[in-house]
Parts: sequence; C-alpha cells; structure tokens
Amino acid sequence: MVHLTRRYRFSASHRLHNDALSAEENVRVYGKCNNAYGHGHNYVLEVTVAGPIDPSTGMVYDLATLDGTVERAVLERFDHTHLNLDVENFRTRVPTTELLCVEIFDLLREKLDAGEIGRSAHLERVRLDETNSNFFVYEGERDARQGSL
Amino acid sequence: MEGSRLFHNGANEEDRMIYVTRRAEFSASHFYHNPDFSPEENRRIFGKCNNPHGHGHNYILEVTVAGEVDTATGMVLDLKELKKLLEVEVLQLMDHKFLNQEVPVFATTIPTTENIAVEIWKLLAPKLTFGKLHQIRLYETPDLFVDYYGD
Repeated sequence: MVHLTRRYRFSASHRLHNDALSAEENVRVYGKCNNAYGHGHNYVLEVTVAGPIDPSTGMVYDLATLDGTVERAVLERFDHTHLNLDVENFRTRVPTTELLCVEIFDLLREKLDAGEIGRSAHLERVRLDETNSNFFVYEGERDARQGSL
Repeated sequence: MEGSRLFHNGANEEDRMIYVTRRAEFSASHFYHNPDFSPEENRRIFGKCNNPHGHGHNYILEVTVAGEVDTATGMVLDLKELKKLLEVEVLQLMDHKFLNQEVPVFATTIPTTENIAVEIWKLLAPKLTFGKLHQIRLYETPDLFVDYYGD
C-alpha cells in the first residue's frame, strides 16, 4: 500500500458569519474574519490516495485522472470565487476551512472514479492549508476508516 | 538527570516513541515503459514520461525512523549514522543516474516514484541497526510525493 499525494492551489474569498448569532457575537467569535466585505486566501490543497501499486504500470493511481477530477470537482468550483456568495453549499453554512476541507473530501470521494489505473485505490486524506501557518486535515468519517480510530 | 528516567513527569523512556526524520536529496533521470504494452499503449498510458531518452527530477527523500530515547545520550539514534546509511545505500546507487539503465532493479521494474520509494525501503530496512524504519516519503516534485510504510 502506497500513499500518493498531489498538491493543488486555489484562491478564494470568504466571510465567517453566522446569521443565528448577533452582530456582536459574530465579531466576538470570528474577529476580523467577520469583515462584511470578506477577505481572501491562497489555499493549498493536498489530496492523498492510497492503494497497491499496479504491477503493469508501477503506479497507485493515474495522475492525469486525479488532476482532471480535482480540476473539475474542486478547482473549477472554488478557484477565484467568493465562497459565501458563489458556492451553493456555503450560502447557508459558514465557509470555515474546516468545513471546506470536509466539503472537498466529500466531493472527491464521490467523483474519484479511477479509470484503468488505481481501481483498488481510495481517497485517504485531504489537507487544506489556509495560510502558511494553519492547515486542516480530514480523513473521512470515523466509521468509514478501517480500524484507525 | 535521575536514574533511567528522562522525563519531567517521571514517565519511563520505554513508553515514549519518537519519530526522527532525515532528509536527503538526489537527482536522477528515468522513463516509464512496459515492454508488455505496444508502443501506442505505452504512449497513451505514460504520456510524455514514456520518452525513451528519459527525463529528470530532483528527488527529495525523507526517511523516518521510530525508536525510544536512549537514556545515556537523550537521542533515538545517531543522525550521522543515518546520514551515512542514506549516502551508502541510496545516494551512491541513485544520485546522478539514469535509473532504468544504471540501477539493476529498474531494468525490470518501472522506476515510478511509487516503486522507487518501495525499493528504498527494501534497501534500508535490513541495514538499520537502530530504531525501526517507519516511513519513506519521496518527493518527485514539490507538488507530488508518495509515502510508504512497508506494507
């Protein structure tokens, strides 16, 4: 079993705001991230797939397939958007990087249909760096993991 | 330091596993080709990586060894030893080489980053006289890497 990780980049803006909270509470909870005009990040996304090495190609997963899937499922959806305004799922949910990380994992798990190489591979992990100083990792629901927790 | 205990809270050193990672860089060329495939299939599956003249990468290797802290030295292992092992077992074999032509195992195994990582594990695991080999991480580019844990 080998883990293969590919790194991608996208830029987007967001505002952390919860309608259920008062204006004061929003400022207290989210600080400057609550700025009504939003603010942006250069997100760095790491997608890890894991599986056995296909003996005829020496590969775990076909990179062109992975790149195409991430491009269509994630980058086209989020790159150069305002997450709160342009992305359906975040009209009613706060686009924190935690939730964005989970969203990307779910989008990819659904779409990661491995062509001819990597039929036995699975999505292992999504890591999303919001800045150079903070990042989030999601590995799917606990029940779905094989004895890792 | 009191007796065999190293930790302020009095925990035994046997209970503490530390992961030590050493990084090494090497540059090499390779190409992907499976003689069982037709030339067309090779080109379709491997794309530009199928160019028989090869192409190169600056690989970054991260080797992680797990072990307990030695009470006498406060260290898991002697990093000089690990550096030397990487030099002798990996870099001398692969650095500034055309992997397909010059590294025997890759005459019959396609030198993908996946297979190189597994091969490095096989080279290092039997030679490690300290700690336990935990992870091989091999970067082919800053945006593409593989991890292998030996199983």
